Amino acid sequence: MAAFSSSHPLGRTGGVTAGGRRYMNPYLAGFGLGLILLASFLIMGRGLGATAASGSVTAWAVGLVAPDWVATNPGLKGYYAEPPWINWTFYLIVGAFFGALVSATLARRVSLRVERGPHLGVPARLLLAFGGGTIAALGAKLAKGCTSGQALTGGSQLNAGSWIFMLAVFAGAYALAYFLRRQWR
Amino acid sequence: MNLPLYAYDLITDSQGLVIALGLGFGFGWFLERAGFGSARRLTAQFYLYDMAVLKVMFTAIVTSAVGLWLAATAGWLDLSMVYLTPTSIGAQLFGGLLLGAGFIIGGFCPGTSVTAAATGSGDGVAFLGGFVAGLLLYAVAFSGLEVWANAASVGPLTLPEVFGLAYGGVVLALVVMAALMFAGAEWAERRFSFMRPGGR
Repeated sequence: MAAFSSSHPLGRTGGVTAGGRRYMNPYLAGFGLGLILLASFLIMGRGLGATAASGSVTAWAVGLVAPDWVATNPGLKGYYAEPPWINWTFYLIVGAFFGALVSATLARRVSLRVERGPHLGVPARLLLAFGGGTIAALGAKLAKGCTSGQALTGGSQLNAGSWIFMLAVFAGAYALAYFLRRQWR
Repeated sequence: MNLPLYAYDLITDSQGLVIALGLGFGFGWFLERAGFGSARRLTAQFYLYDMAVLKVMFTAIVTSAVGLWLAATAGWLDLSMVYLTPTSIGAQLFGGLLLGAGFIIGGFCPGTSVTAAATGSGDGVAFLGGFVAGLLLYAVAFSGLEVWANAASVGPLTLPEVFGLAYGGVVLALVVMAALMFAGAEWAERRFSFMRPGGR
């Protein structure tokens, strides 16, 4: 099935997706991302983030069945004050979804796929992705932010906690990389 | 100039939501342009043959940090009105380790999983599903950690305050550090090019 083949988006020369156009120069993409982040600070007085939008949707959905529990739960009550349709971070992520979709469409990179190495099946890859997402959520909740809200946003504000977080993210990923190499090779 | 505009009531809440859509569009656009809709491209950072994650992240951090410093020094931006996430050392250390583990296991971080899902990645959708499950698991089983993290918080804290250095000096050190890291990244990509899988 072509749509779920174990395609390798990076060719031997790098930077080229299977069938799609070349990726942008990383320094140029970083500069663009930095300008968006700076604009967010200057206009709104806050940076970018990806965790809070999921939190807002989750708290709202759970609130439909157990409003009292959500309103008092330490992990969710902070997201419950505003439903997603008036929540700033939700609009940010909806925008990000469409920005990525338009970019990938223009670069012919939209395809139904489960990316993985030749020795890993689709169910195993999906399970690892799901489990990784679960662990990442525990980390993002505990640290009050993720790679966007802490590393990028706080990093550029010279936030002490964000730099501790960022170093820990790299340390955690490098420490486990060897054991997970079979996902891709 | 009165920046941030929102803090000076020059922008309404509903205008802010429209601006969020626009900023988000640019956010997703540049993540996808960088190739961050691909878990293989993202995790390559940790196998050293493609350091795009480090290059994109630190170029963005330096760009924004220099811009913030210039705007504040020129008197256009009141930095005290820009939200700064409080520092809680143990929580951010442990949370960072967990997020790094989730990143290398799952292949994404929260923002890039949205980028991937938008472009048709089934593994991106699975990561997002796992992320929501993790938020629920945290709410059900680990709410005590939230109480601990808040109690251990030392409040908003910046590196210039920690080191007792001038704001501009730390920004300059950041620029120099990033330049050295970029040179190291270029070297690593050549040195570890054999780690690139297959090439098929």
